[in-house]
Amino acid sequence: METISDNNWLLTILVFAPLVGALIMVLIPQEDEQSHKQVALLTSLVTLGLAAFLLIDFNYGKAGVLQYFVDTEWIEVIDAGYTIGVDGMSLPLIALTALIMPLVFVYSWNHIPEPGNAKAFLILSLILETGMIGTFVAQDLVLFFVFFEVVLLPMFFMIAVWGGENRRYASLKFFLFTLFGSALMLLSFLALYFLTEADTFSMLVLTENAGEGITRGTQLLVFAGMFLGFGVKVPMFPFHTWLPDAHTEAPTQGSVILAAVLLKLGTYGFIRIAIPMLPEAAEAWAPWIGLLAVIGIIYGALGCLAQTDMKRLIAFSSVAHMGFVMLGIATLTDFGINAAIFGMVAHGLITGMLFFIAGSVKERYHTLEIKRLGGMLAQAPRLGWILGFVSMASLGLPGLAGFWGEFPAILAAYEPAAGVSEQTFRVYMVVAAIGTVLAAGYLLWLLQRTAMGEPSAEFADDPNITDVSTTEWIAWAPLLFGIVLFGVAPGLIFEVTDLAVAQSLDNCITTLTGCEVAEAAASSGSGGG
Amino acid sequence: MLAGIAPMFGAAEFVRPAIDWHAAAPELTLLGFGALITMIDIGWLERARRIAAPLTSLALLTTMVPIITLALDGNDRSMFNGGFVVDDYSLIMKATFVLAGYVVVLMSTNYIAEGDYWENEYYGLLLSSILGMILMASARDLISIFVALELLSIPAYMLATWRKRDLKSNEAGLKYYLMGVFASAVMLYGMSLLYGSAGSTLLVDINDAVSALASPSAVVVIGIIFVVVGFAFKVSAFPFHTWAPDAYEGSPTPVTAFISVASKAAGFVALMNLLFVGFLGRDDIFEPLMWALAAASMTAGNLMALRQTNIVRLLAYSGVAQAGYMLAPLAVAGTVPDKALTASVTYLVIYAAMNLGAFAVVIAVARKTRSAEISDYRGLFHYAPGLTVAMTIFLFSLAGIPPLGGWLAKFRVMEAVIEADTASGLVLGIFVAVNSVIALYYYARIGFSMWAEDAPDGDLTPVNVPLSLGVALALTAVITIAMGVVPGDVVGRFTEVSLLAGG
Repeated sequence: METISDNNWLLTILVFAPLVGALIMVLIPQEDEQSHKQVALLTSLVTLGLAAFLLIDFNYGKAGVLQYFVDTEWIEVIDAGYTIGVDGMSLPLIALTALIMPLVFVYSWNHIPEPGNAKAFLILSLILETGMIGTFVAQDLVLFFVFFEVVLLPMFFMIAVWGGENRRYASLKFFLFTLFGSALMLLSFLALYFLTEADTFSMLVLTENAGEGITRGTQLLVFAGMFLGFGVKVPMFPFHTWLPDAHTEAPTQGSVILAAVLLKLGTYGFIRIAIPMLPEAAEAWAPWIGLLAVIGIIYGALGCLAQTDMKRLIAFSSVAHMGFVMLGIATLTDFGINAAIFGMVAHGLITGMLFFIAGSVKERYHTLEIKRLGGMLAQAPRLGWILGFVSMASLGLPGLAGFWGEFPAILAAYEPAAGVSEQTFRVYMVVAAIGTVLAAGYLLWLLQRTAMGEPSAEFADDPNITDVSTTEWIAWAPLLFGIVLFGVAPGLIFEVTDLAVAQSLDNCITTLTGCEVAEAAASSGSGGG
Repeated sequence: MLAGIAPMFGAAEFVRPAIDWHAAAPELTLLGFGALITMIDIGWLERARRIAAPLTSLALLTTMVPIITLALDGNDRSMFNGGFVVDDYSLIMKATFVLAGYVVVLMSTNYIAEGDYWENEYYGLLLSSILGMILMASARDLISIFVALELLSIPAYMLATWRKRDLKSNEAGLKYYLMGVFASAVMLYGMSLLYGSAGSTLLVDINDAVSALASPSAVVVIGIIFVVVGFAFKVSAFPFHTWAPDAYEGSPTPVTAFISVASKAAGFVALMNLLFVGFLGRDDIFEPLMWALAAASMTAGNLMALRQTNIVRLLAYSGVAQAGYMLAPLAVAGTVPDKALTASVTYLVIYAAMNLGAFAVVIAVARKTRSAEISDYRGLFHYAPGLTVAMTIFLFSLAGIPPLGGWLAKFRVMEAVIEADTASGLVLGIFVAVNSVIALYYYARIGFSMWAEDAPDGDLTPVNVPLSLGVALALTAVITIAMGVVPGDVVGRFTEVSLLAGG
């Protein structure tokens, strides 16, 4: 398959720049908090600069081709390569990661959570960044696995050390759930290695091979292993239970990173690995994935309606939103998967922003209990308005980014790929549509109870309750701008992803007749969004 | 009368076997130094104390020289009709034993000196135990295996009781001794049965004899089972692990580290010699046996580790589980011999680094807290951040979290059992996967205590880490990380071993 290797040093530097920053910080004494914050911010800005260069330099005409492609030996004895590259599918997610991290560091400038120790906190964040970007550029299954797991330890400690009261339970649950999934996922990777004749972990080769020579029964099993690994991370119903706990206990920065980027590792795994490599199994599993997705949409929404804690409510809304993403993926169509990638970016911006707001509310009110809050618009009008704006984006108001994640996913369910039952997915479509109504319900209800009305007596004269501060403005403005920008001009993302998605579905034509039809349907249906 | 005997001698005139001195150089070097240390002790008595540890370190580092020259030379060597073999596999294991021994010496230096224990004897016994281990790596004959085993075990029994005024140490040594001798007896009985059916003590001949039969005779089956069970004691596989927690807890901690790493590795080496050279044709017998031992060890070890409150006992039970992971590839040894051997060797090498490191931290922390209770690890991060990071590296490497070395070890194990492409192999792979999750719980729990809880009594005086212990920590930490990140050069060149040269 064609690849482009121009400027291929870029990705390696992009991935490891945060790690270099972390190493520098190891040498700075712990007391010098200001230097730590400066180095962390500077490192993430350098990474953002590199990502910006990547965005400019990227050949959009060939977005379906892996660019900046490096393929060298890494661990010879197990045939694992240091294979990295970027195409239209991963580019938006890399940009999202590189954007979120500096904002997190700006926010950390005067918000280092209890019990302090900026050095350790910021070093862990930088290691996280390396792990996340690495996962999106890895083009070798072993390399992917390693980066996929590298994020676990920093996140575990972020929740365990800087989390809320119940942090022990939440951090262990997060760690155990994700490791369980990824251990079985590793078995599937190994099975894939031995079952294909090429004996390789190269994603490019495995995608081209598309499960050829593996019996249907085995494919179903191997896919199931990956499904567990990625499904836990997404998280899909019924593996989602770690998410509300982790989000509730994590410090604001941890929640933002978790929502904005970490959850995408799972969905990205589906579209990059599970589906293109085992299309036949994907087709067989699609109705079940779709079913769990719509259960997630409804369950997440109902869960939101039952919450009394603002952060927990946002966490459950993540379950629902990721349900839309998974529904788009489950259709196995060009249109649906494009919608899913858009949904990932939109969810990253919107929910990341919501968690920032929740953190600021917690800081001012020292509680996130919805019934104690109220009248935010009167006391801190800008904060209240931002909450209102982001809630609108989250419920899928047309013109804002959230809309383009949900609406096309629902639309795609109207006509799934040819091998997948149309009736089933039309039922899913209706259910998902009901989910959007519920989403409007819980978000407006949240807004009404927290922002509207009079401030409760408890907080009416509290001098702590101030409006949005400067660091908050700096940290939030890019997200708010992004929500509007991609809402008005969704083509910015769709045009990048479409070629890559088409390419990845195109690969399975030889082995799966369904794909052929899907391809035809997709080209007539979406035409590039 | 003399005339009567002479023809008997004449008939089998003794021919001095050719000796490849280069091949035997590591053993001879170590033997020489061991004798030297004993002599010095006899001559100088107390005055020898100061040079005991440096001399032992020198002995081990000097022993590395012939190991390295043999590795550079690269030729497989064989002596005594194939009873003593030097190949890549034996060299990597010898290097592991010697380096592990070196780290143990580093860990012992202050511990033994400050505890007012006998020093020269300690190091002399340590060296003779290591001599037994490197001999084991080359042994391809029932008798030399047995001699090597006793040579490595008997000093270890004594070392376990080194804190002789401590009841727990006495208990540890006695339990270790009784169980060890019992295991030796069972094994020896098995060996006699195998010798009876093969007529030779050479493993190659035994393999020919046991694989000649279409269905094995009862004698062969019992022989193999007894020998395997004997070594199952040595590697503390479930259900033959019962001595381990008590022996580990009571022994001086450097000795515990030595037993749990080097002695266990030596047991595995013996087991692999026997399985791959002696019984390979009878995989229908040993594969199910290994499967059951592996699955039972990892599951039982992890479940019992969950409830431990003492970190040494926890490491003992986690060691049972780790033995299970190392046994897993042997359960497919007949189907994919090369892969299985490589996987077990890789695991042993990485396990040695990370487990020794964990014990080094235990020793360091105990210098302040005088205890090995997990509750005393609370808040470690606040007064010993360096030790906390090191312990985090070792524990999560044991748990198999990338990019730390342990992931590669587990990866290779899973690779081997999956490549076998049998239902039993796949089920074993799932066992490994699920057990990794169970194990993570107790490792992560310690991690949580160290990082996120407050120090007991708010005591934040720093831990004083002596230089030699610091070197041991740095060495093991660097190896643990390097094995996970850039193993291409470290593991790749040395553990890609093929089937052992037999004769």
